[in-house]
Amino acid sequence: MPETLEDLAEREYEHGFVTEIETERIPKGLSEEIVRIISSKKDEPEWLLEWRLKALARFQQMLARGQHPSWAQVSYPEIDFQDMYYYAAPKPKKQLESLDEVDPELLATYDKLGIPLAEQKRLAGVAVDAVFDSVSVATTYKEELAKQGILFGSFSDAVKQHPELVRKYLGSVVPYSDNFFAALNSAVFSDGSFAYIPAGVRCPMELSTYFRINAQETGQFERTLIVAEEGSYVSYLEGCTAPMRDENQLHAAVVELVALDDAEIKYSTVQNWYPGDKNGKGGIYNFVTKRGACRGRRSKISWTQVETGSAITWKYPSCLLQGDESVGEFYSVALTNNMQQADTGTKMIHLGKNTKSTIISKGISAGRGQQSYRGLVRIGPRAEGARNYSQCDSLLLGDRCGAHTFPYLEVKNASSTVEHEATTSKIGEDQLFYCRQRGLSEEDAISMIVNGFCKEVLRELPMEFAVEAQKLLDISLEGSVG
Amino acid sequence: MLEIKNLHARAGDALILKGIDLSIGAGEVHAIMGPNGSGKSTLAGVLSGRPSFEVTEGSVLYRGEDLLAMEPEDRARAGIFQAFQYPVEIPGVTNNYFLKASLNAIRTARGEDELDAMDFLSVVREKMKIVEMPKDLMGRSINEGFSGGEKKRNEVLQMLLLEPSFMVLDETDSGLDIDALRVVANGVNHLRSPERSMLVITHYQRLLDYIVPDVVHVLSEGRIVRSGGKELALELEEKGYGWIEGAAAP
Repeated sequence: MPETLEDLAEREYEHGFVTEIETERIPKGLSEEIVRIISSKKDEPEWLLEWRLKALARFQQMLARGQHPSWAQVSYPEIDFQDMYYYAAPKPKKQLESLDEVDPELLATYDKLGIPLAEQKRLAGVAVDAVFDSVSVATTYKEELAKQGILFGSFSDAVKQHPELVRKYLGSVVPYSDNFFAALNSAVFSDGSFAYIPAGVRCPMELSTYFRINAQETGQFERTLIVAEEGSYVSYLEGCTAPMRDENQLHAAVVELVALDDAEIKYSTVQNWYPGDKNGKGGIYNFVTKRGACRGRRSKISWTQVETGSAITWKYPSCLLQGDESVGEFYSVALTNNMQQADTGTKMIHLGKNTKSTIISKGISAGRGQQSYRGLVRIGPRAEGARNYSQCDSLLLGDRCGAHTFPYLEVKNASSTVEHEATTSKIGEDQLFYCRQRGLSEEDAISMIVNGFCKEVLRELPMEFAVEAQKLLDISLEGSVG
Repeated sequence: MLEIKNLHARAGDALILKGIDLSIGAGEVHAIMGPNGSGKSTLAGVLSGRPSFEVTEGSVLYRGEDLLAMEPEDRARAGIFQAFQYPVEIPGVTNNYFLKASLNAIRTARGEDELDAMDFLSVVREKMKIVEMPKDLMGRSINEGFSGGEKKRNEVLQMLLLEPSFMVLDETDSGLDIDALRVVANGVNHLRSPERSMLVITHYQRLLDYIVPDVVHVLSEGRIVRSGGKELALELEEKGYGWIEGAAAP
């Protein structure tokens, strides 16, 4: 039994189907012309096109200088940025007046993913923006939310309907020059979600975006922007899946959050992109920049992520704690099985006084999975009384996988408190045997031990998604026992 | 109930059990005593199926079936229970959740319906009284931060819940003060019945004042060197293991 712990069996990825739908694509490759085409498809204002072109120039400069980030503990062949499509959209049959006019193929796709969009079947208490390849295809509960002044919908619509808000905040947290993949995203982003919560409003339902990559050889570059005005609250969730394909596909998203005085944003991710097969063929390259700015006093941003998919995950949801007494949190479960690689963590940048941050990271490796926690805690010179607590735990299943921890601390204010704890443990044969002696199967025992290990993070997720995440962990571990 | 014949087992390269013969009938309580390193815990582990032990020779029949061919969980489902000397901690999994999952796995194997949360609670409360278990232990992670006594009570609580047919108590008395010992023994005695058998492994005679055995065996260097009634335990306590080992030498 013990030596078979790591013997991997075929594992099922249940979202691996392809939707047969007529897709409109622009030519392959990356150039000024491509960026202009994307911008004109979206009927964008001149300022946005200019912003894209500046980003493109910056990206091309970094590419020419060989500034593709190489510091992460992941390995993959060089990406040919000219050999992929930057825009793919299901061909609309006509201008949509309501959800009922959405292509039935698309509705069926989301039904199959467990995200019903049709009026009568909608998820209760969750508003969903469905992004399919490069475009948002539907948003539910839009009108109900609008009654309270909450704006929620596709990024493209926001550019048309609320250009002043988009212009004010776009790139204000993650500038186009921020990093290699953020520059690429800023040049070619096609859609994403936009949410705006007015002052004093507590958003009455979960807002959610469901990202689906469908088209072949196509990258997905979405952009999410959430602004919470003074004293508002919003809980937002994103989910993602993709078909099983033999080639690798690039997903390079940017998420920006802005929380003003006393505002709170809770951002949860359940990431289940196709991870590739057990030999490492195919899968999504997930290079994502997520950052939230706690601009206001006593504002709070909380990131919770459950990362089970992707061939490669490279993401560090971060908080800029600018407002005094603002709070940043990062709760993460990352699971790598088979040949998956993940380099993930967070950055907590303490700028304001008495700012507080908490980092709880749980990494699970099985098969030949490799993963790293990489976290930066920076306490600025003016961050009097700042506090950080970090805890990074790794759990190994079998002995061919690996876990690594790279904590970086920069403390420039002596009145601050920074604590860091890290543990690495193997699922003990003693633990497994104990469970089996009590009548539990080995698979059930592992699932129980892993869920126990992740509990501190899973309980941060909204209820219905915690259940989903737990199931996902079980599925992702399937076959990790011989 | 249990027939052990010429059992040889090793851990790694070391041969630890060197030919055990033991027959335990239904309703019988057998005690195994012996010095450190004599193979007591290995015997317990072989019976429950711990993967780190390898049986090299011999057989074990449980109710006429080849026990050694069964997976550990199948043995448990067939009614074999081991109370561990060092119960493990499982962070983040509550005792309550674990015990319910375990009981339902065993009930399913017996062809009984699973208990829902409410039914489970009423059953477990009743059993907790027997071992004087503090209520808050059910909401805490399995064995995490439990005192030595609480861990052993938890083992006996599980035993009471699962109602096994054959129990192996591996040094359940170690680390217990006299009050805890009485409580734990009381829990074990609750399960004594003409249909159930037990193998009680201990260093000390003390436990056997509370759980009175039908037969006492002395294990030395992987073999049973002497068997007798409960008075053998008293004699051993008085004279020490040296007496037996000396007597066993050719």
